[in-house]
Amino acid sequence: MIQGIPLEHFLIVSTIMFFIGVCGFIIRRNLITMLMAIELILNSVNINFVVFNRYLYPDQLQGQFFSLFIVGIAAAEASVAIALIINIYRKLQNIEVENVNEMKY
Amino acid sequence: MTGYTYTLFIIMIPLIMFLVTGLLGMKWKPIVSGLLGTTGMGISWVLSLVTAGSYFFGGHHAEGFQTIIPFEMKWLQFTDTLIIKMGILLDPISVMMLVVITTISFMVHLYSIGYMHGETGFARFFAFLSLFTFSMLGLVIAPNIFQMYIFWELVGVSSFLLIGFYYQKPSAVAASKKAFIVTRFADLGFLIGILILSFVTGTFDFAKLTQPGTAIFGSAASMSFLGISAMTWAMTLIFIGGAGKSAMFPLHIWLPDAMEGPTPVSALIHAATMVVAGVFLVARMFPVIHFQAPATQEIIGYVGGFTSLFAAVIAITQYDIKRVLAFSTLSQLGYMMLALGVSGYGGEEGLGYMASMFHLFTHAMFKALLFLGAGSIIHAVHSNYMYDMGGLRKYLPITHMTFLIACLTIAGVPFLSGFYSKDEILVAALEHNKLLFAIEFLVAGLTAFYMFRLYFSVFWGKDRHYHHTPHESPLVMTIPLMFLAVASIFAGYLPFTELVTSDKVGFESHMNFAVAIPSVLIGLFGIGMAWILYKKESDVPAKLAAKFGMLYTATYNKFYFDEIYLFVTKKIIFNYISRPVAWFDRHIIDAFMVGIGLTTEKISYQIKGMQSGQLQHYAFMFVAGTLALALSMIYLLM
Repeated sequence: MIQGIPLEHFLIVSTIMFFIGVCGFIIRRNLITMLMAIELILNSVNINFVVFNRYLYPDQLQGQFFSLFIVGIAAAEASVAIALIINIYRKLQNIEVENVNEMKY
Repeated sequence: MTGYTYTLFIIMIPLIMFLVTGLLGMKWKPIVSGLLGTTGMGISWVLSLVTAGSYFFGGHHAEGFQTIIPFEMKWLQFTDTLIIKMGILLDPISVMMLVVITTISFMVHLYSIGYMHGETGFARFFAFLSLFTFSMLGLVIAPNIFQMYIFWELVGVSSFLLIGFYYQKPSAVAASKKAFIVTRFADLGFLIGILILSFVTGTFDFAKLTQPGTAIFGSAASMSFLGISAMTWAMTLIFIGGAGKSAMFPLHIWLPDAMEGPTPVSALIHAATMVVAGVFLVARMFPVIHFQAPATQEIIGYVGGFTSLFAAVIAITQYDIKRVLAFSTLSQLGYMMLALGVSGYGGEEGLGYMASMFHLFTHAMFKALLFLGAGSIIHAVHSNYMYDMGGLRKYLPITHMTFLIACLTIAGVPFLSGFYSKDEILVAALEHNKLLFAIEFLVAGLTAFYMFRLYFSVFWGKDRHYHHTPHESPLVMTIPLMFLAVASIFAGYLPFTELVTSDKVGFESHMNFAVAIPSVLIGLFGIGMAWILYKKESDVPAKLAAKFGMLYTATYNKFYFDEIYLFVTKKIIFNYISRPVAWFDRHIIDAFMVGIGLTTEKISYQIKGMQSGQLQHYAFMFVAGTLALALSMIYLLM
């Protein structure tokens, strides 16, 4: 399926995804959007794992399994994060990240 | 040789009494602590007498007395060679000291029940007395010099506690501090001396150190410092420790002030037992001093002689009854030191050593009696000053009689104990050093004069106007007086020449009439002078004082030694050493440390804004930092 597509193309896609994620995390104010940005970062890493596995060691599966684990952990992390966000909403009546600044000096 | 294990109880009982009365005394009626302490002390006393009886008289001693160590244990083991032991050593001088200490301590305990009656801190007083007795006993039976040093310091502490017993009185607090600091300063010399001695010989044990002809000093001859041999240094430093405790000139300044403590304490600590610790120390180290450091022995002789003269002169002009006795104690301690300084070793040569121990023994009895008598007088009159007293013989018959006996004894009147011991000292001095003999001869006259000055102006002369009629002290106070009076009379008949000698072998001694008769005459002359001047109140003493003018004032102010010390410490040491050092500490060292703290604090204020609580700031910083690191890795290091 991926025959003929050079490695660089995958890496460029994953790098673009990573920086979109980083930018989204830094720029967006909404906590749920920030969570989505984190998912983007994780998925860009997943792509790297799978692709390097396929191109460097096609007989082995470690990279692919690793990406499966990352998906699982991402799901767990999302559930925890959303639970936190709900609590923040109950306390502050919104989910803007600037308002969550109790822990400053 | 384990028949003396019970001697352990002699020192353990006072320790237990200290702990019991010290910890539980507050919960009981005060009198319980007093009775408990006295009973315990009584048991120790009986045990000491039993020990002395079986040691001195229980067996055949033709070849001299054995040194017995009935108990010894390792206390601290640092290395294979550096071991500090605790134990008990019995030889003639330590057994004699056991008897002296427990006798005086028991008498003082008994006396204190009456004297301290109704005082606040009655239980505390008895606890401290027990602590002192324990420490003093531990000092004299120490089989090694390190144990002696430990108990030496304990004795210093208990003396400090008892001088400062009336801790609400500023003068008592000042006196206790003075005593502690002066003796502690001298103890520094003692400690350094111990270190040098043990470095040279590799042992702390007296048994090894004092063995005649021992080889452990072999390496000492080659060591010297500033042209003086190591052993002379060590012995001189140890003597400084002893001089501090025994209040030898010029470390004598603490003893007169120590009279701020309760009178029984003065009798026990500052007359009979603790102050002779220095003499005891020199006697204990005597073979070492005599053979290894003859120069030190010379020093000891002259310091003793000078102290005795100096203190006797001051005693003439004092008005505080306890201070007269304190200076008299100084003078008598000088006698003992001098006797050690002029002594030889072995047989009749060791006459001075024997005389010193003999005088220590008799002095303990009559000086304790004098102090307890003075306590009885103060108890009746409520004043320390001789010009508040007079004509007391009618009111205090028992005190009067016992005080008279003590005065006659110290003046060296024949057939009383002081005569015999003082005579032996004079004979020893005459044989070795004519100058010291002349000094002591003069001091014998001065002693008789100032003691009878005290006696006549207290018990004779005019009646004063007393607040209430003075009355004789209760029986619990007069029994010790009577006992000690009997002891003062008869202590001179103990055969000391056969019991306590420098090489532990007895010898025969004969009365030397060429010395005895003139010394008796000068004593009687002193008494006669006091009779003329003070028996009837007259203005002759005042006229004489006026005639001597400057000299009298200087003597009355103890030759300004306290002022000299204060000048040296306050004006010179404090101003020129302590102040600059304190300034350096505050302004350089402290400032450096404070500077570090202040700088950190200021920087923290500047950068604390970075912790904004905004998650996205942190994330931005993190990403930017990672990028910066990555870029620097790629472009700078590659």
